[in-house]
Amino acid sequence: MFLGKLIANNMFLKIPSVKIKNINYSLLNILFIKYKLFFNLLFFVKNICNKYIKHVIINNNILEIHVKNKYFMSLLFCLKYQNLLKFNLLTDICVLDFPERNSRFFLIYNFLSIYLNTRINVFLQTSEMLPVYSISYLFKCATWIERECWDMFGIFFFKNNDLRRILSDYGFQGHPLRKDFPLTGYFEVFYDDAKKSIVTTKVSLAQEYRNFYFNSPWITK
Amino acid sequence: MHNLSLKKEIKTFTINFGPQHPSAHGVLRLILELNGEIVLRADPHIGLLHRGTEKLIEYKTYLQALPYFDRLDYVSMMSQEHCYTLAVESLLRCNVPARAQYIRVIFSEITRILNHLLAITTHALDIGAFTPFLWAFEEREKLMEFYERVSGARMHASYIRTGGVNYDIPLGFLDDLFIFCKQFFSRLDELEELLTSNRIWKQRLVNIGVVTKQQALTWGFSGVMLRGSGVCWDLRKQQSYEIYSQLNFQIPIGTHGDCYDRYLIRVEEMRQSLNILLQCINKIPSGPVKLDDYKIVAPSRFEFKESMESLIHHFLLYSGGYYVESGRTFVGIEAPKGEFGVYLVSDGTTKPYRCKIKAPGFFHLQGLSFMAKGLFLADIVALIGTQDIVFGEVDR
Repeated sequence: MFLGKLIANNMFLKIPSVKIKNINYSLLNILFIKYKLFFNLLFFVKNICNKYIKHVIINNNILEIHVKNKYFMSLLFCLKYQNLLKFNLLTDICVLDFPERNSRFFLIYNFLSIYLNTRINVFLQTSEMLPVYSISYLFKCATWIERECWDMFGIFFFKNNDLRRILSDYGFQGHPLRKDFPLTGYFEVFYDDAKKSIVTTKVSLAQEYRNFYFNSPWITK
Repeated sequence: MHNLSLKKEIKTFTINFGPQHPSAHGVLRLILELNGEIVLRADPHIGLLHRGTEKLIEYKTYLQALPYFDRLDYVSMMSQEHCYTLAVESLLRCNVPARAQYIRVIFSEITRILNHLLAITTHALDIGAFTPFLWAFEEREKLMEFYERVSGARMHASYIRTGGVNYDIPLGFLDDLFIFCKQFFSRLDELEELLTSNRIWKQRLVNIGVVTKQQALTWGFSGVMLRGSGVCWDLRKQQSYEIYSQLNFQIPIGTHGDCYDRYLIRVEEMRQSLNILLQCINKIPSGPVKLDDYKIVAPSRFEFKESMESLIHHFLLYSGGYYVESGRTFVGIEAPKGEFGVYLVSDGTTKPYRCKIKAPGFFHLQGLSFMAKGLFLADIVALIGTQDIVFGEVDR
């Protein structure tokens, strides 16, 4: 708990992202002194899970582990059951969609360790053709989150027993949170008073949806 | 062993609970498989209030995305604004003036009382006690008047903005807040007199919906649902944000993990919130309530009528919005219902690339399936009440 408090008090302290691959030693030293917790985590990651991992990034005071797909379950098993870590609470799974990439989805598993009082993010890269192993047997709450990922992005979870749609309508087609899905959607549903029933029609807009790009040309990303 | 002669008659039947049931707290369609009056299986169907908030936010600037957060959990509005604003601020790497932080904490705690009053009393209403509901809504009205005085809106305030809060609190606000706090302690006592030792209330809550520590963790519970099971976890204390580390308050935790414990925790949390409010009233410093950086915070109306530069900034901020450095961040805060989190990804433009909202209610409702197993049909109502479900945030 002591180590946890160290980091908790500096929740929003500004540190730039540090890639472990090309180490900035002076900065890392400061990190080690200030955040002994990271030292523990990095030590663990380096020594025990090294072969599971592509690389590790410290970003906004959160350790981000980019995991090799093959060793995903092994890493999670370690994170959950390792006695020094105990990341036994799955906070959320966030999916990022980059349609221009080959494996377009990033799955970001956000774990919380109450024991260490810290969070850890596990990054997994996948595509619409590549199923991901469900973690619902390690973390019960993953069932619905994975259902949501399936519903919104069309990521298939292998061995999830209940992979129905969750947020969208019964019989909905498509995966609305993908970047190539239009904001207005394809179909609209409304109650037709003449027919006395609910009807589904193609979306027809009097005016095309206008997406304004205000980005000024001289401000670069 | 397959023995066809041992065919059994199945006596269970399946019913629909909701989506238009008053005690479903909104649009919950719950499919229950019953054996007589005993629930064998509960399958919540959600998404009837799905508005695609996350998709909409991707098409809005950072400022325009803010009001969506009021509308997620529409009984704890400012907590969610607060979380989103903290996420944007952590990407912008900007600081907030001390007075603004105090105002944020004041409103977070007002929101907590607002939410718990509704949670407890609608819970009581579902169980059959009507009176506390009427009392609490009178208090809620007073609290929403505080909202109105700072933002002009009773509920959907959009008051907590990036770099501070939108306006300073009006004159006399803190005096009135003090008067409210003073009288609210006895309102809480009245509420407790009616419920805490009430025989019917206890019969309906004690040992109902027991969640063990292990279950609470694996089902991803947070907030009162987690503390009710004896896990001392409150983000205000553990991962303190704003000025919570300078304030003195206690975290109540439960011992049995049943509905009654969670009710007691909610009442105690309201008392602690009042303590926090009183401390804030005494400690709040004077000074600016917004960051002095015209690249993020728009200049005041008075200023932009005087100076050309302010006018340009005003125009740029309200048409294009501010630029946020590319990066990603997760911020979780202790919303009244549990841990409300925002995972925000920026690609360096004026619009978020992705904004994932972690709603506590989503996780709690998922747990309904295991909590309901083996209980009576009437206890389902108690479970929904104790989970404090609001569909705005569950369905997003």
